[in-house]
Amino acid sequence: MTKTMLTLRVNGETHTVAAEPHHTLLEVLREELALTGTKHGCELGECGACTVLIDGIPVLSCLTLPLQVGKGEILTVEGMAKGPQLDPLQTAFAEEGAAQCGYCTPGMLLSARALLDANPRPTRDEIAQAISGNLCRCTGYTAIYEAVEKAAQRV
Amino acid sequence: MSELSILGRRLPKVNAWAHLTGTARYADDIALPRMLYGRLLRSTKAHARIVSVDISRALAYPGVVAIVTGADMPEKMGIMPSTQDETALAVDKVRYVGEPVAAVAALDEDTAFDALSLIDVTYEDLEPIFTIEEALERDDVKIHDTSKRANVFKEVHLSFGDLEAGFAKADHVREDWFFFEGNTHAPLESHAAVASYDGDGKLTLWTCTQVPHYLHRELEKVLGLPRSRIRVIATPNGGAFGGKSDPFGHEFAAALLSMRTKRPVKITLDREEVFYAHRGRHPVKMRIKTGVKKDGEITAVEFQSYLDGGAYASYGIATTYYTGALLTVTYRVPAYKFDGVRVYTNKPPCGPKRGHGTTQPRFAFECQLDKIAADLGLDPIEYRLRILQPPNTRTVNDLRITSMGLGECLTAVKNATGWTRKREELGIGKGIGVAGSAYISGAGLPIYWNEMPHSGAEIRIDRGGGVTVMCGTAEIGQGSDNMLAAVTAEALGIYPEDVHVVSGDTSLAPVDLGSYSSRVTMMAGNATKNAGLKLRAQLFEVAAEKLGVPADRLNAAYRRIYDQKDPERAMTFVEAANLAEARYGTLVAAGSYKPPAGIGGNYKGAGVGPTPAYSYQAAVAEVTVDLETGQLTVDKITTAHDCGRALNPANAEGQVEGSAYMGYGEAIVEEQIFRGGLHKKPSLLDYKLPTSLDTPVLEAILVETMDSEGPYGAKEAGEGPLNPVIPAIANAVFDAIGVRFDETPITAEKILDALGKRDNRGVPKDRIGPTGLSEGKSDPKRAMRRLTASTDARERKKTDARPAGAGPRIGRD
Repeated sequence: MTKTMLTLRVNGETHTVAAEPHHTLLEVLREELALTGTKHGCELGECGACTVLIDGIPVLSCLTLPLQVGKGEILTVEGMAKGPQLDPLQTAFAEEGAAQCGYCTPGMLLSARALLDANPRPTRDEIAQAISGNLCRCTGYTAIYEAVEKAAQRV
Repeated sequence: MSELSILGRRLPKVNAWAHLTGTARYADDIALPRMLYGRLLRSTKAHARIVSVDISRALAYPGVVAIVTGADMPEKMGIMPSTQDETALAVDKVRYVGEPVAAVAALDEDTAFDALSLIDVTYEDLEPIFTIEEALERDDVKIHDTSKRANVFKEVHLSFGDLEAGFAKADHVREDWFFFEGNTHAPLESHAAVASYDGDGKLTLWTCTQVPHYLHRELEKVLGLPRSRIRVIATPNGGAFGGKSDPFGHEFAAALLSMRTKRPVKITLDREEVFYAHRGRHPVKMRIKTGVKKDGEITAVEFQSYLDGGAYASYGIATTYYTGALLTVTYRVPAYKFDGVRVYTNKPPCGPKRGHGTTQPRFAFECQLDKIAADLGLDPIEYRLRILQPPNTRTVNDLRITSMGLGECLTAVKNATGWTRKREELGIGKGIGVAGSAYISGAGLPIYWNEMPHSGAEIRIDRGGGVTVMCGTAEIGQGSDNMLAAVTAEALGIYPEDVHVVSGDTSLAPVDLGSYSSRVTMMAGNATKNAGLKLRAQLFEVAAEKLGVPADRLNAAYRRIYDQKDPERAMTFVEAANLAEARYGTLVAAGSYKPPAGIGGNYKGAGVGPTPAYSYQAAVAEVTVDLETGQLTVDKITTAHDCGRALNPANAEGQVEGSAYMGYGEAIVEEQIFRGGLHKKPSLLDYKLPTSLDTPVLEAILVETMDSEGPYGAKEAGEGPLNPVIPAIANAVFDAIGVRFDETPITAEKILDALGKRDNRGVPKDRIGPTGLSEGKSDPKRAMRRLTASTDARERKKTDARPAGAGPRIGRD
C-alpha cells in the first residue's frame, strides 16, 4: 500500500513521517515515532491503555487515524514532564504505588492529567468517572485515586 | 537485629520511574534492525486431525519471508517435565479452537496477517468433549492417547487420620456441592516475544514470561540448541497473574523463525489470542463433607474436586494437588480425605491463576463453614476464631506451619468493619460476609527434580559505591525488582536507588525459578539477603579495624558504617567498600536459598502444599442486592493479610487491594465460557473486567507476624489475599437475601432466578449451585468409585514394583 506523508504535532515537536493511511495513531506513535510509552491492550477501544491527549482531550489512539488529528497537539506520556521536572501526577503515582505492572499507567496518567486540567479539585467519584475508560488489572484503582488526590493537592 | 533503615518504609519502587515516564521497555516495545513480524495461524476446530498443512501459497505471497509449522518442532514440551503433552505448534491434531498451527514471518505485520489466510489446512473433524462429565465417561473419544481411562489427565487420592471415626464422632455433618467457574488473567499487556539469532550462533529471546529459567530449558529441548547458546530475558510483564508462566508456542515460533531467517522476529499476540493462550483458573466441581461437634470443632473433612483442565497439561498436576492440599492449614482438621481428578476437554488449557488451585476449594470450604456456623447458631467470625490451626504445628497432612496470623486477621476485619453491629442491623437486601484463607510463600519443590537452590542472587559493589544485584526473578508488576533493591540496600546500609537491578536474564543473573507460587520475596529475598550479609561482613571487618571498634558493634545505614555506641565514629560506605576491595579484591558475593527439609510429609503427593511459610488472610464483604433487578453491588471489601513483615507497606497493600479487585471480578462477573468449542467472549468488551466505577471500596490491613523463615520476617502478599474475597461475597449475599450461592459468578440473572423473578413462572430458591456431578442425571459417586478402584489397583502394582525406601514422587509419575 502507498504511504502517506503525515505531519503531526507531538509533545510540542513537529514530526513528519510516512505511514500507511489506514494505520492508527497508536501504530504511528509507536512504530514510526518510536514513542513506545503509549501502550496497546486490545486495539479495539476497550481498555484505554492507548489513551493520549489531543488538545487536552483524552482520545483512544487505537481508534484514531492520524489524518483525523490535523494540527491538533498530541500529548503522550513521554511529553508529560516539563524538562527534568516530572508532572505532579507522575511523582504522586510513584509515591502511592499507583503503578504496579505499569502497563495501564501512561493512559491512566493522561486521563488524570485531563481531569485535573478541567477540574483541579476532583472528588473521588469524579476521579473514578474520569478514569473509567482506563482498565487497570493490578491495583483495584485505590492507589490511583490516592495518587490523583495527592497530585491535585500539590498543583 | 538492629533497627531496619529501608525495609518497612513506604518508598517508591525503584522501577516506578521507568513506568511513569514511558521508558520501561516491554517486549512489544523492542524493535531491532531488520526485524520481521510474525503471526500465528490458529485452529478453527475444537478437535480435529490435521490431514495436511499447505504453506506454498502463503510462502509465495510478497513480503513473506518464512513459515514454520508443527512438523518443524515436533518435540513435546510443557511446564511440568512429567506431563509434557504439548508441542509448540500443533502436530497431527488440534485440541481447541485457537491452538497455534503455523507461524508466518513477514516484512511487516499486515503482510504476516494477510498470509495466514493463504495457509491451507485440511482438518478431519473429531468429536469434541466439552464437559467434565463427558470427559470422565467417554472412553470412545480420546483427546490424548495417554489417558488410561476416558479423558482423565490425573487423579489423586490422599487420606489422613481416621476419617470414619471422625465422622462417627460428629454431632452434625454437612455435605455440599459447589461449582467454581473458570476465568482468565486478562493482563493488560498481551503476550509478546522477540527472538534474535545472531551471527555467533547464539539466540536471545526477550519475552514477557514469569519463568525465564523454565523457558530456557524448554527452548533447548524444542529447538535442539544447547542452553549455553540461548539467552532468555524476561522483559517487564504488563501484568501476568499466572498467565505468563507456561512456555508458549509463539516463543518457540519466534525463535525458530529467527534461526531460519537469521533476522530478529517479533510475535505479539492480539487480545483475542490472549484468551486462547489462557492457562487460567480451572472450572472445578467440588463435593465437600464436613463433620463437626456441637461447638463447631471439626472432626473430619472429605473433599472431592473435579477439574476441567482444557486441552493440555500446563501445571495441571500441581493444580489438582493444590485443590486438596491447603484446606488443612487454616482450621484444625484431625481427619481428612481428598480425591481429585483433572480431565482433558477441547478448550484452551487451564493453568495457574493467582491463588493457583486453592481459590476454588477455599470458596467451597468457607461457604460451607458459613453454613455450619448458621446451623450451629454461631457468629461466623467467632466460629472461625474458635477452630484455628495453631502456629508452629503440623497439619494432619504433614504440612509444617510457622507463623499463623489468621486469628489477628479475623479480629482486624471484625473491628475495622463494625461487623457485630452490622450483622444485627442490616436489613433485607443488605449483607455482610466473612471468609478466611491461606496461601504458600513459594512451592516447597521445584518443577523439575533437582538438589540445587531455588533462588540465587549475586551482588557486586562498584568502587564508586554503586551496587548491582543480579537475580533471575521476573518483574511482573508485583515489585520483585524493588524487593531485590530494598533487601540489598538494607543488608549493605545504602539506599535502594544506589542499587542497579539485573533480573530475569539467564545470561547475567543466577537462576531463580520464577515469579510463580508467590515465592519471590521468600526465596529471592533470602538469597539476596544471604549475598548481602556476606559483603556486609567484609565491609564490617575493614571498618572495624579502621575505626577501632569491634565489628559486632557496627551498623550500616544511610550509606554509613558506624559504631552503634558512638555513631560519630563512622566511615562512608564508599570508603569501606574501597578498603574492602583493596583487601579482598573485587567485591562480589553470591547467596542462594532452598526451602528447608522436613516442611512436608513423605507420602506420594506430599510435594505439593509444603512451603517455607504460609500467609494468612481474612476478608469481609459488604453488599447490596437490588431485589427488583437482581443487581449485586459490592460496597466494600476489607481484607487483612498476614504478610510476616511488610518490606514495603505501600506495595504490600497494593497487592492486597489488587487481589481483592481480582477476586471481586471472579465473584460477580468474570467467566471464561464456551458455546460448543467457541469462546463466548474473547474480547475485553465481552469478558468484563471491573472498571473504576464497578470496583468496590477496598481497604487493606497488614498484619505482621515476623515469620522465622522469611527474609527479615516477610511472607507472600500477592496471591493469598484473593482467596477469601470470593466466599466472603457469597456469604454476604446470603446475609442479604437468604440465598446460598454455591457457584460463581454470582450474576444478576442468577440472583433474579433465586428470587423467583427471572420469569413469570419463577419459584424462589434458597440455593443456586450444582447438586452433583451430572446435575442428577447419573450417580455422581459412580465415576469417583471407578477412579478409586482403578487407581488403587495401579498403586498396588507400583508399590510392589518400587524399591523400598523410594522417596515421595510428585509430578513425575
